[in-house]
Amino acid sequence: MSSLGQRLALLLAGGVLALFLAAPMFALLVTTTAADFWNGLASPLVWPALRLSLITTATSLVLTVLLGTPLAWLLARSSTRLGAAVETVIQLPMVVPPAVAGVALLFTFGRRGVLAGWLYPTGSSVGFTTLAVVLAELLVSAPFFVQAATSAFRQVDRRLLVVAQTMGASPLRVLARIAAPLAMPGLVAGAVMTWARSLGEFGATLMFAGNMQGRTQTLPLAIYTALESNLATAQSLSIVLVGVAFALLLTTRALVHGQATARESPS
Amino acid sequence: MRTSRPIWSGAARACYVFTWLLAASLALAGCAREDKPAPSADKQPATSTEKQLTPSAEKQLTVFAASSLRDAFAVLAAVFKTAHPEAEVTFNFAGSQDLRAQIEQGAPADVFASADTKHMETLLGASRVLAPALFAHNEPVLIVARESASTVHSLADLPLLERIVLGAPEVPIGRYTQQILDRAAATLGADFRTRVEAKVVSRELNVRQVLAKVSLGEAQAGIVYRSDAESAKDTLTTLTIPPALNVIADYPIAIVAGAGHPRLARAWVDLVRSAAGQAALTQAGFLPANETRP
Repeated sequence: MSSLGQRLALLLAGGVLALFLAAPMFALLVTTTAADFWNGLASPLVWPALRLSLITTATSLVLTVLLGTPLAWLLARSSTRLGAAVETVIQLPMVVPPAVAGVALLFTFGRRGVLAGWLYPTGSSVGFTTLAVVLAELLVSAPFFVQAATSAFRQVDRRLLVVAQTMGASPLRVLARIAAPLAMPGLVAGAVMTWARSLGEFGATLMFAGNMQGRTQTLPLAIYTALESNLATAQSLSIVLVGVAFALLLTTRALVHGQATARESPS
Repeated sequence: MRTSRPIWSGAARACYVFTWLLAASLALAGCAREDKPAPSADKQPATSTEKQLTPSAEKQLTVFAASSLRDAFAVLAAVFKTAHPEAEVTFNFAGSQDLRAQIEQGAPADVFASADTKHMETLLGASRVLAPALFAHNEPVLIVARESASTVHSLADLPLLERIVLGAPEVPIGRYTQQILDRAAATLGADFRTRVEAKVVSRELNVRQVLAKVSLGEAQAGIVYRSDAESAKDTLTTLTIPPALNVIADYPIAIVAGAGHPRLARAWVDLVRSAAGQAALTQAGFLPANETRP
């Protein structure tokens, strides 16, 4: 095949998938009318749900990065069977249907769950609270970050780490000053994936946290609630969800790109 | 260079193993599918006579039915198979509103059985279904988790609880629940609905979520249909709502306009409305079509 032909073949294959992925998002936008959209935004479901979604996804993202970075670092440096086993087990929440993840959370943290006697001696429980939403988001989304961060840390040149250690850098300093900056693009990509996944989280939240406006009704739950009565409202809410995600993804991309070029230019 | 080779072969091996696993699972899926058509391929002579009657030789029946009908319709599918051994019955169980939306978008349904007359009327108005008929009723009941069974003996005790789960007002069970709470105002106090709603911790998007949360003990009580309570009666206490306050759900069934398999669709509707059909529905906790009071 000529080089032009090869380029065309690549373009065709890639273009098909890009179109397939973009088309439903565009359809969501073009099949609504401006009047329907503004009516949808006037629905009382919108703002409490948007606010709750932003708060809970930000919280679960912070938890994911704070706890997931050390985990990914340990997994990346481990060469034992235990490490491999842990790495596999923590991928499982990505495979399990979200509603099943929600049931599993109930079996773990519910009032009759396996940890209930230990966690809730006074009889209170996490069920139906905003914290339950954060836990549901954490369970389904954190594996994406850990996965991306682990492979990013594996790409870091081991010799640099050894040099730093021999020069007396403490393990935390090696992670914070050498490994993390070198792995940054991978870490950011993982964080973005995690955040996007938790923003769209529906099944586990509904099962574990319930659906209560202002407390557990995130944007996806509000969309589903609206879908039961009014398709146009549901569509407007979906456009808000997609729009918020688009804006935040674009900003992150611009920031990361800016940083990368800033780091390259002085050297 | 040296370090890169083992990494590559490791990745290559992983790809190789993964591809084999994928191929194996596809093969498995293929085998599972082949199981079904095999018997019909055996009776080669029969198919030639059947082919003569092509217009009526229907082999597929797709029934869109409200989730609450799952158990009763599964029983009826077995009955249907004995009368129509050539037919393969496929169900799509979901919330009536989802099924309605799917039919509006042209989903290939033959029969629609709804848990709510509203959705059926919308489809009838758009000429998407033919001549709906009521085939069952379902009675909302109060379900109580076993930890709270000693506290709650009737609807009037609901405000004593701390965690009540109800259907969202957008779904049929939630709408009936609101009507029941409003009707209760006459006997239980004008603010009864407010006092109950102050203890509501979640407004579930389908009746099964209400059932799950009460039977797992997350919530203390909820309102579901008798047919749902029946399916989980070992894990919770069911209390009848006084008939004067209760709102009974009507279940209509209809053949979808332009159904691909109208003859089988008609046979299914007839079966559901027959004595056998009504018996299966009663067994599952429904009230027969000619009875609206328990």
